[in-house]
Amino acid sequence: MPGKTKPWIGSNAMSRLSSPSNFFTSKLKDALGWARKFSIFQYPFVTACCGMEYMSTNASHYDQDRFGAGFPRFSPRQSDVLFVVGTISQKMAPVLKTVYDQMCEPKWVVAFGVCTCTGGFYDNYSTVMGIDTVIPVDIYIPGCPPRPENVIDGLIKLQAKIQTGEQSRTLYDPRAKKGRPAEVQDDYTIEQHIKHIGT
Amino acid sequence: MTPLQKVQEQFSKDILEARIFSNEETLTIKPSALKAVAEFLKGTPGLEFNFLMDLTAVDYLFYAGGRVQKEWRFEVVYHFFSLKFNHRIRIKVAVDETNPQVDSLSGLWASANWYEREVWDMFGIRFTDHPDLKRILMYEEFQGHPLRKDYPVNKRQPLIGPKI
Repeated sequence: MPGKTKPWIGSNAMSRLSSPSNFFTSKLKDALGWARKFSIFQYPFVTACCGMEYMSTNASHYDQDRFGAGFPRFSPRQSDVLFVVGTISQKMAPVLKTVYDQMCEPKWVVAFGVCTCTGGFYDNYSTVMGIDTVIPVDIYIPGCPPRPENVIDGLIKLQAKIQTGEQSRTLYDPRAKKGRPAEVQDDYTIEQHIKHIGT
Repeated sequence: MTPLQKVQEQFSKDILEARIFSNEETLTIKPSALKAVAEFLKGTPGLEFNFLMDLTAVDYLFYAGGRVQKEWRFEVVYHFFSLKFNHRIRIKVAVDETNPQVDSLSGLWASANWYEREVWDMFGIRFTDHPDLKRILMYEEFQGHPLRKDYPVNKRQPLIGPKI
């Protein structure tokens, strides 16, 4: 279409249709988003009981493959979406961070189940109170465990987000909040911890 | 003669409590006698406890809502089993709060190695002569020992901040 400043994708294949135009136009960004949202390669980081519900969502009865997200990759380097399914302990946190860092851009993170969203009913010495203190999270799916319908709802919301090209980049920072208990110390960073675990 | 009676006969002055409940024999001993009792249990013909099934600890602080006051705060609990004779004995070692320390049994039963590290991690009880006494479940920077009854249940550790 001459004169238009929009980027477009021309297609001669469309010319057989009885359309007045020989062109199918789109923004490149939209086309990429469309392609990405229907070809999600997910990395299931399954640590706890939510894994059962994840399997049920992925299996034939609910069939995540209808949304183009049926093929889990067990290498973070080949995945687009990190599904964190189950409780993350403080000792597991650096492993999760490493897996996230190994994923190629663009990447998204889904917190599956209430333990990953907030820590859930755990308020103890071992559990991370929400994985968004460790890695940025795009979609939160609450539930203990979430029903498959809930998971699919989250997946559709993730697809909508992928279509827009947005990605979460920020961590939840509890230091921004007032009224924290006195014994909390924030000096020790996750990077220091990874360094330590590696030795 | 049951294993309990044999130990009682040999170590009468080191025994604080002896108890049989539903055919389970339990002895509470002083920490100074642990090594000798363990060697006796393993090496004596007719006893031959060759299997350390479990090793854990109990913190009796605030026990029964504070109504029961023991003279010692911790007990390290050993469950021994003899594969040859199919008999068992439970040994408890009374440990003081001021100097929580007992001898390591990892030289006699290899399985004691990781159990003792777990007890050190969770209760802060040290095991002398342990080959590698470091935390096993928590990370090294973890402050305190979480299964002690005076550990604050909602304490946040340095690694991950809280969600308030």
